[in-house]
Amino acid sequence: MSKFRKLALGGALLAFAAGAALAQQAAPARPAPLGRVALPEEIAAWDIAIRPDGKNLPPGKGSVKQGEKLYGEQCAICHGEFGEGAGNFPVLVGGEGSLTGPAPTKSIGSYWPYASTSFDYIRRAMPFGNAQSLTPDETYAIVAFLLNQNNLVGDDFVLSKESFASVQLPNRDGFYEDDRETAEKHFWREPCMKDCAKEPAKVTSRARSLDVTPDSKDGPKVE
Amino acid sequence: MTEHSVHRRAFLAAAAGAGAGLVTPARAQTTPAAKPDPLITLVQPWNQQLGDGVVTAPYGVPSKFEKNVVRRDVEWLTVRKESSVSFTPLHELDGVITPNGLCFERHHGGVAEIEPSKHRLMIHGLVDTPLVFTMDELKRMPGRVNRAYFLECAANSGMEWKGAQLNGCQFTHGMVHNVWYVGLPLKALFDRAGVKPAGKWVLAEGADAAGMTRSIPMEKALNDCMIAWNMNGEALRPENGYPLRLVVPGWEGNMWIKWLRRLEIGDKPWEQREETSKYTDLMANGKARHFTWVMDAKSIVTNPSPQAPLRQKGPQVLSGLAWSGRGSVKRVDVSFDGGRNWVAARIDGPVMPLSFVRFYVDFDWDGRELLIQSRAMDDTGYVQPTKDELRAVRGVNSIYHNNGIQTWLVRGDGETENVEVS
Ligand code: HEC
Repeated sequence: MSKFRKLALGGALLAFAAGAALAQQAAPARPAPLGRVALPEEIAAWDIAIRPDGKNLPPGKGSVKQGEKLYGEQCAICHGEFGEGAGNFPVLVGGEGSLTGPAPTKSIGSYWPYASTSFDYIRRAMPFGNAQSLTPDETYAIVAFLLNQNNLVGDDFVLSKESFASVQLPNRDGFYEDDRETAEKHFWREPCMKDCAKEPAKVTSRARSLDVTPDSKDGPKVE
Repeated sequence: MTEHSVHRRAFLAAAAGAGAGLVTPARAQTTPAAKPDPLITLVQPWNQQLGDGVVTAPYGVPSKFEKNVVRRDVEWLTVRKESSVSFTPLHELDGVITPNGLCFERHHGGVAEIEPSKHRLMIHGLVDTPLVFTMDELKRMPGRVNRAYFLECAANSGMEWKGAQLNGCQFTHGMVHNVWYVGLPLKALFDRAGVKPAGKWVLAEGADAAGMTRSIPMEKALNDCMIAWNMNGEALRPENGYPLRLVVPGWEGNMWIKWLRRLEIGDKPWEQREETSKYTDLMANGKARHFTWVMDAKSIVTNPSPQAPLRQKGPQVLSGLAWSGRGSVKRVDVSFDGGRNWVAARIDGPVMPLSFVRFYVDFDWDGRELLIQSRAMDDTGYVQPTKDELRAVRGVNSIYHNNGIQTWLVRGDGETENVEVS
């Protein structure tokens, strides 16, 4: 490379750097626009999240009776005729009083804090494999039926945007905010390094005795 | 139930070997083989014939001798493959980065297949200007970041609350991975939309058939959350949210919405199914913890472990991983006698906040039984508890957030089993 070209290149680089610096200095407080404004129709099409206070519930209504029919057609095959869960599919009904026992059942009736969650979730994700196919009226009806199966509303109940607020789930007060930093404060500590217990360690539980690990016959063998 | 105990002397031998090389001689005493090794004395086929040319595999795959290194699932755990989980083979990996094809999967409605040109990201709610972006526009946005973070499912080790159950760290701890992400801070997007003062919560929603949603506090969103389109240098894999996912560093994996299409700003949380029916921690008294987002410090010895037993006496490299959702891992200790005595492990490689660290302990094994454990400590001073200490606070029904110390029993023949100890 000739001396001249080197110089020219150096100059060009300098000029470029100066330009970049200028651009940076001149950059406006607001960034150059990117993306576009979302239209109300677009927001309405995607915004299906429902809050516990009923915010964003669509207009519409459905009865326990209508719900029973729809549920039988679209849900019972997986969740059981009465919401008891077919095979290993989730249980939607019952389980009151089971939360302190050895096998808690976390159904809409026994565990869920808010009715809004069932409307939101069923509309967005169910029936499994055909999500977002239910109309608002159909969703109101199915939720009404599930509330009825959980003994929370009568057989004549009609669920609607208006009647939603009248529904309170039994486990509404069954939750509290993460308290690990106080309830588990003792895990912030100086770790013991030597002679941390008097007795030698004894095995109290073994995976082998259950033998539920998937077969990995092609796995490594001990030589 | 058989009972085992490891005598202190056995531990001391192991710990001495594990120490700062005190007993390691300057040069090991090795002996010659009885006869010459044909692998050395004979010319091998690969040494003689030409191998495959370039681009035989336009996108390279692991050696055929590594076919055992795969994600696995546990059939009885879930009803449908589309709403299920597969586990990372932690025992087959080293270093701190999880290869893309081995990152564990957890879907609630199968893997969404989305052509990037058909993907949109919408930001709306309590903002000055609701916006829509294409993938191309996101990739042109100033302020791109490049960060490594671990992602752990809150249900990792969740099958172990009632006692040792699954034999292998792939199954007990394999719902975790550590990946480099490239994308944008959420803040860069929010600044463009202009969040209103009342906007205290963000709802993130996926474009999959589960319409996966979680509520995230604005403080966290602005602090370090990002949207990512790139993992470990290449585009996200479909099973990890292609073309766009949310990254919520240090917090439970369920919040890292995959196939991210919508961010709504609001003044209250939405109490979605995944933050009420699921991902709440049921305590023994029947009440449940809500919004338990942070993943506490945790560690696991990946080798030896049930799927990677000891094969021979003599020198061994114990290896493992540690992470904390509260900050950086400060120290990892290892015990060979079920938690009676501990040695500090050697951490090698980068120590970054909210990212895996890799630890090693070199030791000599004389064939004695070992009860191996590891214990992580983070820079907030939190020390990984035992499983019984967790149970004392939470009972055994909480499913999520089991970060208790794992014990592996190494038998005289090297076979290794998942156990719990007194
Ligand atoms: C093909 C089987 C199938 C059908 C049909 C089906 N579901 Fe589901 N349902 C599932 C599966 C699987 C899940 C769990 C999904 C997951 O893992 O996220 C589920 C979850 C649910 C849940 C949440 C349970 C919980 O405890 O969190 C509700 C509520 C529900 N379904 C209601 C319905 C309703 C109402 C219908 C009919 C409109 C329906 N499902 C149809 C399979 C099905």
